[in-house]
Amino acid sequence: MSSVGIVMLVHTALDRAEQVVRHWTAAGCPVVLHVDSNLPRKTYRAFEAALADDKRVRFCRRHRCEWGTWGIVAASQSGAELMLAEFPDVRHVYLASGSCLPLRPVQELIDYLAARPRTDFIESATTADVPWTVGGLDEERFSLRFPFSWRKNRLLFDRYVDLQRRLKLHREMPMGLVPHMGSQWWCLTRQTLSAILEDPDRQTYDRYFRQVWIPDESYYQTLVREFSTNIESRSLTLSKFDFQGKPHIFYDDHLQLLRRSDCFVARKIWPHADRLYKAFLSDGGAAMKRTEPNPGKIDRIFAKAVERRTRGRAGLYMQSRFPNQDWENGITSAQYSVFEGFAELFEDFEPWLARITGTRVHGHLFAPERAEFSGRSALINGALSDNAACRDNDVKAFFTSLIWNTRGERQCFQYGPRDNADIEWTLARDPNAQISVISGAWAVPLFRSNRSFPTLRREAAELQKIEAAHLKVLRSTWTKARVRIWTMAEFIESPMEPLQTIIDEIGTVTPRRLAEAPRMVDLEGFGRFLQNLKNQGMHPYLMGDFPVEREVKHAPKPPRKPYLVQ
Amino acid sequence: MGAWKSYKLRVKRQRWRARAWRKHGELSTVVDRTRQIRRDDLLVFSTQRNEQIRLPYFLDYYRDMGVAHFLIVDNDSTDGSLDYLADQPDVSVWHTEASYKRSRFGVDWLNWLQGRYGHGHWCLVVDPDEFLIYPFCDTRPLRALTDWLDASSIRSFSAMLLDMYPKGRLDDQPYRPGQDPLEIASWFDSGNYTLKRNHEYGNLWIQGGPRRRIFFADEPDRAPALNKIPLVKWDRRYAYVSSTHMLLPRGLNLVYDEWGGEKASGILLHAKFLDTFDTKAREELERKQHYAASVEYRAYASRMTDDPELWCTWSEKYINWRQLEILGLMSKGNWA
Repeated sequence: MSSVGIVMLVHTALDRAEQVVRHWTAAGCPVVLHVDSNLPRKTYRAFEAALADDKRVRFCRRHRCEWGTWGIVAASQSGAELMLAEFPDVRHVYLASGSCLPLRPVQELIDYLAARPRTDFIESATTADVPWTVGGLDEERFSLRFPFSWRKNRLLFDRYVDLQRRLKLHREMPMGLVPHMGSQWWCLTRQTLSAILEDPDRQTYDRYFRQVWIPDESYYQTLVREFSTNIESRSLTLSKFDFQGKPHIFYDDHLQLLRRSDCFVARKIWPHADRLYKAFLSDGGAAMKRTEPNPGKIDRIFAKAVERRTRGRAGLYMQSRFPNQDWENGITSAQYSVFEGFAELFEDFEPWLARITGTRVHGHLFAPERAEFSGRSALINGALSDNAACRDNDVKAFFTSLIWNTRGERQCFQYGPRDNADIEWTLARDPNAQISVISGAWAVPLFRSNRSFPTLRREAAELQKIEAAHLKVLRSTWTKARVRIWTMAEFIESPMEPLQTIIDEIGTVTPRRLAEAPRMVDLEGFGRFLQNLKNQGMHPYLMGDFPVEREVKHAPKPPRKPYLVQ
Repeated sequence: MGAWKSYKLRVKRQRWRARAWRKHGELSTVVDRTRQIRRDDLLVFSTQRNEQIRLPYFLDYYRDMGVAHFLIVDNDSTDGSLDYLADQPDVSVWHTEASYKRSRFGVDWLNWLQGRYGHGHWCLVVDPDEFLIYPFCDTRPLRALTDWLDASSIRSFSAMLLDMYPKGRLDDQPYRPGQDPLEIASWFDSGNYTLKRNHEYGNLWIQGGPRRRIFFADEPDRAPALNKIPLVKWDRRYAYVSSTHMLLPRGLNLVYDEWGGEKASGILLHAKFLDTFDTKAREELERKQHYAASVEYRAYASRMTDDPELWCTWSEKYINWRQLEILGLMSKGNWA
């Protein structure tokens, strides 16, 4: 008879439980079964009969097991008592469930425990130190009472918790126990377990824990601190919980992962995972590994799953992720740059920027005619169309899709007062945005156009109004983007410095001084143009102060040499 | 949600159910094998008309997934598909000659069948050209998903409709019966979808894909809806409101997370655009039995005659569910 006994709590998938029971007993481990009393008597009898031929199997008194209630502890107590009484050779008792699956040959577990005859394997941490619990109940699990079922009477459960909080009801731990919690799946030595079960004060403890919430995660975990001499605070059962506190389930495709984990037992296994049951229950007496369990990789996978469920992928809007405003965890998925007024002031700004930074540079994405994608293509990544009607139907979706579709490649685009303004708050609120503005530069194309002055004047007034409102948005307290604003006069004073700052921040190239500036348009006569507008009663102020006649420094035309700044 | 709104929706739901009951008189049983249905079986509900060529693959696809029984309404087929269905051992068929449109595009018929046979089952409502993809569908049967949904107390599962199309003209590659239509229609648009919240029913309204890109570019609001909730742990009190786009009670439509997280979701690969499409579109145009006076089919017909290619250089070729997950079209949520 082996020195390890298994107490197994069973409530569904009895055929699988039977398979696992036979696996344990074949290796010499006695098994005591607790079958949930919610199961019909007929099913229970059939199960009992199926295992009647196995002398190492016992059935203990049945309790009603409902999640979060005392029944599960009572079941494990009955099972453990029976185990200790019936199998005197047993030195370690292992608590498992019907959906647990031994991953390593049972003999390895027996040897492992035999080499640690006085060690109790039970995860046990003080509630004060570990923020494990889900749903806001941690210390209150111990200090309040929970007479109502969480599953069936959620409303009463919540109300009663509220009531107790309001009345400041508080229960003290008996006998100065310190509350501890941890995985409900433990492996305890005969000494510790019998000390817990035969303690003269057990009645007191039990009476107290009967009203604790989820006592199966705290009863043994707390008491073991009183009786054990050697606690190894970890569970030998690999069991992962998701963000709602329900166990992750293992499927056939986890086979390799489970093999490599070197854990002794895993929970919980999907009952129809045929490959897993077949692989792990056909005990090939595999090479004896004396390795410690190493669930690191599985931990990571499940941690990632929880993160995906709670935080999601930044900047993604889709059928099962549609965050409310300000709950996006990132309005867009990647950093991008917005340039306002640059394409107006420099003749070759787009190709220049693309060359210098290696980013994808678009024209005015929100232009009224169409979205000016780089290269002016009609479609872009993700088959996103440049059609203005489609875009304006939902500009935010258009833009977040664009950034999402081009992940891995920084996007730059132009923006100005002619463009669809519905997008401006999306850009302003987004910490991923780098917005650089040369205010008033929209006047340059007007100045260079050949239209009649009254139309120009009207348009200038319109654009100035729009840009003034836009700058107000960019300067508001809700703006999270990195915004830089220069007046046009300020900017052309020394264009290289601001350009250098912007390019450095984009950071795609090694930090180096800019060797080449974009070619500025000829501004000869621009001051006069502005003055004419003023004379017509339309005061352009966003571009700063331009003297009427002014030699414009950076337009020595023609042949212009690229100039070097060292 | 206020009590008044809640009450109004309740009345609506009961009206849809009453309507379903009324419309069931239009259905005549051809073969009823529903006694084979066992507790916990996964069921597929579908309406079809003249889809003979698609049915063999359709049935096998879902059989492989673990669906135990098909409940199909045949709307006056003339291509022998009714007989074919009647011969299948795991199919129950009803026949009707009544108006598809007046049964609200089959919703009333299926609501009734689901109330009658689907209560307590996980029910999947799909057309013969829709193929469900869910996380891990290459390694886990559908039951793994529904068991997990049950364990997570989730009652409905979202699967957005993803329009699939071939490269080249639609009529370049003829579709053979039994063939995987995705061998031909293996391309899709990966990132041009827009979502809006429907405040009355709480569902999302998704539009986009090749149909909007090409047929509805100038009036994008009229583009067909792509949001679908085809997999529901059915209760006889439930009712689909409009196709499988939304249902009542309203909580079933909350298949998306609003606080930044991702819920698990799947995809319905929509293999509508095969060489069979042209004839289908013409026929439907004549019958005028489709949504909004068949505006969709009219748009197709006018467009498809000059330039019947949906493919573009940014089209994505379908590989597997993981690809769709990475592209952000579906999500594993916290299923791992």
